[in-house]
Amino acid sequence: MVDERTMRALEEKVAELRRLVEEDGVDLRDELTLLEQRLQALRREYYAGLSDWDRVRLARRPDRPRGLTLVQAVCEDFYELRGDRIGGDDPALRGGLARLGGKAVTVLFHHRGTSPEEQRACRSGMALPTGYRKAVRIMEIAARLKLPLITFIDTPGAYPGVEAEAANIAGAIAKSIATMLSLPVPTVAVILGEGGSGGAVALAAADRVLMLENATYTVISPEGAAAILWKDAAAAPQAAQALALSAPRLLELGVIDEVIPEPLGGAHVDPEGTAQAVRDAVLRHLSELEGLPLDERRKLRYNRYRNAGNRGAGAPTG
Amino acid sequence: MPIRRDDRDRYVEVELRRGEEPLWLRCGACGELVFRRRLRENNYICPRCGAYFFLTAEERIAALVDEGTFQDLTLPLESKDPLSFSDRKPYADRLREAKETTGLKDAIVVGKGKISDHWVILAVMDFRFIGGSMGTVVGEQLAFAMERAAEERIPFVFVVASGGARVQEGVLSLLQMVKTVAARELLAEAGVPYIAVLTYPSTGGVMASIASLADVTLAEQGALIGFAGPRVIQQTTGEKLPPGFQRARYALEHGLVDGVVPREGLKEELVRVLDVLEGIPSGG
Ligand SMILES: [Zn+2]
Repeated sequence: MVDERTMRALEEKVAELRRLVEEDGVDLRDELTLLEQRLQALRREYYAGLSDWDRVRLARRPDRPRGLTLVQAVCEDFYELRGDRIGGDDPALRGGLARLGGKAVTVLFHHRGTSPEEQRACRSGMALPTGYRKAVRIMEIAARLKLPLITFIDTPGAYPGVEAEAANIAGAIAKSIATMLSLPVPTVAVILGEGGSGGAVALAAADRVLMLENATYTVISPEGAAAILWKDAAAAPQAAQALALSAPRLLELGVIDEVIPEPLGGAHVDPEGTAQAVRDAVLRHLSELEGLPLDERRKLRYNRYRNAGNRGAGAPTG
Repeated sequence: MPIRRDDRDRYVEVELRRGEEPLWLRCGACGELVFRRRLRENNYICPRCGAYFFLTAEERIAALVDEGTFQDLTLPLESKDPLSFSDRKPYADRLREAKETTGLKDAIVVGKGKISDHWVILAVMDFRFIGGSMGTVVGEQLAFAMERAAEERIPFVFVVASGGARVQEGVLSLLQMVKTVAARELLAEAGVPYIAVLTYPSTGGVMASIASLADVTLAEQGALIGFAGPRVIQQTTGEKLPPGFQRARYALEHGLVDGVVPREGLKEELVRVLDVLEGIPSGG
């Protein structure tokens, strides 16, 4: 098992050597090539052995491509729509009209913010009822204008606050699920980082659900599960494993349709490559969905969720 | 003894009962030992302090449905522990214990019965079964219940007692939110009324899906209604919780429910709603 520190040390060494070669023209090309090969091998070994807890940490990295930046990289054009038309506009859940593959679409995404001030304003991507009501408003536009809907999910969960409860966060999530399920247009959900419980599923009732390789999708945070079930905060890594929150496990369980590979080391190593991979996958699924007649698409979607988790329940054995 | 009410909205959790029913039950709020039959006659409300005892699904059904009319339609399903989940204790053991304690296969009972001569399909949750959490079995039973109500064209009544999604079934539990919402659409298409009764507690995933989408929503007095639990809110935000936060009256004041009803008036209130909706769905 390769430990992270060895790999980071080698990464730094390679970076330094590259600087010497590129900037100062020092002739160490052979050494650099050799070291790069070793690093690549080390990385491959390290990332092949990632635990689910490692993935949780990757999914939460502050430099992971996400939110507005990623949507702008995936779509050719993005025109943001603001406000729920009831009483607010949530910066943690954003969306609007976009061009994707030369066609008009609607998009929704969680936004966690980049600067500390923005992160505070976005509550790190924990949306309020007004956010989910804006989502419903944009879904209704999708239905009226017959525009496909793409959602990009990245939230620790809906915001657990007094104000959110007073404004019926539960009802707002329920309405978002119901509206998304009823859309007459193709819908694709992509889990980019954290797919945290109700706040995530509110945007995930799609025809196709895709996940970046190191993203997570879970009923409760590993820390939450550790506190409730293990009664021990230190058990979060075990909880992560037990919850089956990783993309490969969820593909096995039939919860998602595709794992979008990330560059070795994680999405942050190559944000542009990551955006390209997301774009390619979304376009492929959209074109498949657009090839289906409306009735069939809706029937497939209904059956997908009507039968969801059926493997978990069976006739009593005795 | 008249029932005394106060503003404390007290619910008390009854000790989990195994096997033989004890003759006496102790009120968790005031400590009074109450004769069991006396308690049942009093809707499981403490005659001394007015605290509401948690109801089992069976007790709830007995309190709402006309005697002798209930047909249990609960599907013969049990959790297959799809993640082979284990924390400090294997989920399989928790399931076995819950089954022994409750005599149920999971946290819900589905059936058909009459409420003062109105036929309804009823789904009633049982908090004793792993906190009334919704996993794959509860999701399937709920979807089935709604399909049945749509098919028979009689109202659907859902009595909620749930802390949220079943953690031990992971994302499969989360998907039950989507599943139940999908099935709810069938009721809507059939024009069949759906009445939700929120009791203590109605929180988490069940509340953020099917329980929030009823045509008429009643709250039992004192019910806890919300998404995040009070403890999570305090820990995450450090906010001070206002008095009565997430309780039935708070829910009414904030537009989450249509009415708050004391336990002993619940059946009567349901009858009023069903009376008004007499003949709906029409043309059945
Ligand atoms: Zn008492």
